[in-house]
Amino acid sequence: MVPLSYYLLLSGFLFGCGVVGFLIKRNIITIFMSIELMLNGVNLSFVAFAARWHALAGQIFVFFVMVVAAAEAAVGLAIIISVYRTRETLNVDQVNLLKL
Amino acid sequence: MNPMLNLWLIPILPLAGAAINGFFGNRSSRRAVTTIALFFSGAAFAMALWVAARFSSLSLPYQEFLAHWIRSGSFTADFAFYLDQLSLVMLLVVTGVGFLIHIYSVGYMWDDPGYYRFFSYLNLFMFFMLTLVLAGNYLLMFIGWEGVGLASYLLIGFWFTKDSAASAGKKAFIVNRIGDFGFLIALFLLIKHFGSLNFEQVFGGVLPLHTEPAGGLLTAIGILLMVGACGKSAQIPLYVWLPDAMEGPTPVSALIHAATMVTAGVYMVSRSHVIFERAPIALTVVAIIGTLTAFFAATIGITQTDIKKVLAYSTVSQLGYMFMACGVGAFSAGIFHLMTHAFFKGLLFLAAGSVIHAVGGEQDMRKMGGLRTKIPWTFWTMTAATLAISGIPGFSGFFSKDEILWRSYQASWAYWLIGVVTALLTSFYMFRLWFMTFFGEYRGEADAHGHGGHTPQDAHATHGHAGIHESPRVMVIPLVILAFLAVFGGYVGVPGSLGGNNRFDKFLGPVFHGSAPANPETTAMGEKGAPEQETEGPEPKRGISTELMFTGISVLAAFTGFGFAWLLYYKRVDLPQKIAASLGGLYRGVAHKYYIDELYAAVFVRPLINGSTRILWQGVDRNIIDAAVNDAGDDAGRVSDEVRQMQSGNIRSYAGWIAAGSALVIAFMIWMGVR
Repeated sequence: MVPLSYYLLLSGFLFGCGVVGFLIKRNIITIFMSIELMLNGVNLSFVAFAARWHALAGQIFVFFVMVVAAAEAAVGLAIIISVYRTRETLNVDQVNLLKL
Repeated sequence: MNPMLNLWLIPILPLAGAAINGFFGNRSSRRAVTTIALFFSGAAFAMALWVAARFSSLSLPYQEFLAHWIRSGSFTADFAFYLDQLSLVMLLVVTGVGFLIHIYSVGYMWDDPGYYRFFSYLNLFMFFMLTLVLAGNYLLMFIGWEGVGLASYLLIGFWFTKDSAASAGKKAFIVNRIGDFGFLIALFLLIKHFGSLNFEQVFGGVLPLHTEPAGGLLTAIGILLMVGACGKSAQIPLYVWLPDAMEGPTPVSALIHAATMVTAGVYMVSRSHVIFERAPIALTVVAIIGTLTAFFAATIGITQTDIKKVLAYSTVSQLGYMFMACGVGAFSAGIFHLMTHAFFKGLLFLAAGSVIHAVGGEQDMRKMGGLRTKIPWTFWTMTAATLAISGIPGFSGFFSKDEILWRSYQASWAYWLIGVVTALLTSFYMFRLWFMTFFGEYRGEADAHGHGGHTPQDAHATHGHAGIHESPRVMVIPLVILAFLAVFGGYVGVPGSLGGNNRFDKFLGPVFHGSAPANPETTAMGEKGAPEQETEGPEPKRGISTELMFTGISVLAAFTGFGFAWLLYYKRVDLPQKIAASLGGLYRGVAHKYYIDELYAAVFVRPLINGSTRILWQGVDRNIIDAAVNDAGDDAGRVSDEVRQMQSGNIRSYAGWIAAGSALVIAFMIWMGVR
């Protein structure tokens, strides 16, 4: 049996990749994917704990997270397309109209 | 059981007049303003007369409860009224003289643009003054006390565009604050030791107490009350505001600064006579302050050339007489003089106003003269008042002043001596005023009238009439009525030695008798401040011839004063100049009012201003309070300048901060877990 810590390390690695990607990338889609990566890192830790403790709650949480992530992806991609149509760029540093 | 008198209506009536005129006066005609002002003050007078008519059927003191005001623990202060012989005398004087002066003001103020404002203030004053004299406890009395101060301030500064009037108003208010401070402390002491401010309970608590020969609680209360009275009634050392108060319109000087408000201190001391009788030291203080003020103010009065200033110092001096009477335990004599003084001094001011009116706003007596035939009504009424105040036999002032002098002699010859000298001075400066104003040649500029004198805001300056003229009838009638009172008002209190039976003293007797301390053997504390039962009991038989002799001396003093005035200001008008020149420094000192104003400025005002400026403003306020606030602001700004760099608007930097923060929290939790 794979020890729990392996799952957690992988989960932390995925989450860390997501954070780093979110911080350093400028392309909106890449940022979006980094967010998904973070969510899935968390999902992994949830299912790992659920399996380890034989508790169903973790699995249910994962379903909720996936549903929300799907909805978020739908809305987020729509926004990204609309941003691209109006600004003709996907670079977040150039989408700064609300900045002072 | 007493019938319900609804005493509360008496003060409320003028308040209604003040409110109506104050709120709607600027939109209504002068005639409407006049009607309202006269109706409400007249109604108060009528009601006072009605109360007086029913007075004999009342069981005194009549008390009336209107509403609860303050209830805090066991302490209560109510809107309650208290009527006894003393309040009745004050009530009639205030409403009667007040009503007459209202009538007079109609003529005097007719051309003033602030006509409605004037009557609103005047009615407001009546309200507060009536509250003061009818109050059933010290706190309500204090409300009236402060209220008349407010009305006085408003009316002194009535022509507020004139700088001297505005500052005179402020001076009156501020000097009165000093006295009020003492009054308040006295009230606190009363609350602390008697648990109440109601007259009945306080006096009930004081009555069983013994005399304090060496001072104590009652002495402290008495002296503090006297401090309050000094402020309101313009006694040394707080008299300085009253002469300046002459910046107000003349009817105001007559009503507030001669007849009624300034006598509030005398009323308050008399009302508290139960306390004072047990505090001989406090009584001595009252007598000494009164005597000194009487003399001191009279000497200043001699040198003044402004007709109203002479009368102002005369008022201070006469108030000194009243306190002298209170101080020797002759409270009813003090109140008697208060009443006659209200008549003749009110009349003197109104007549002086009529003179000023006649000569087009001029107040300097050196520019008057020879007005006798030109304004005969004013002349004759003023003559009556002058004779009354000088103590010429047969006139009201003679009886009241003579009684005070006689009573003060029984306490100490020193009071009497200064009193007689003051009587001489009084007679001198009053006849000086009389001669300078009405006799000799007219010394003003012939064409000055109607072009405005020294007081351009003064109503009559805008008349545009030519020549010296008698005042309108609405002003003359009050003069005549007051002249009648000034002449005959004294006959209510003719002393026994002159064939009368001193009805006034007997009338007030129930208020002042029977309250003397319980231990008479300890009350004989020297001559000063002799307790009441020695001086105010039935006239001692052996004293009648002595008393007549003293009466003779004071009459002599009055005629001597007249003689000097006649000599110096009628017969040999060049003499005053020479005498003044030969006296040199002394004369200059007196003419400059002993430099008391300058002294106060140097000792109190300027150090206060300098201290406030240098220490409190530039030191404490600017360097500590302001500096603390500004530094706090500056520091916050600096810190914010640094910290706001974090708020770049860049999402990724926020996310970075969040990530870093989360990492910190996780590290901390792990570290805690490891421990």
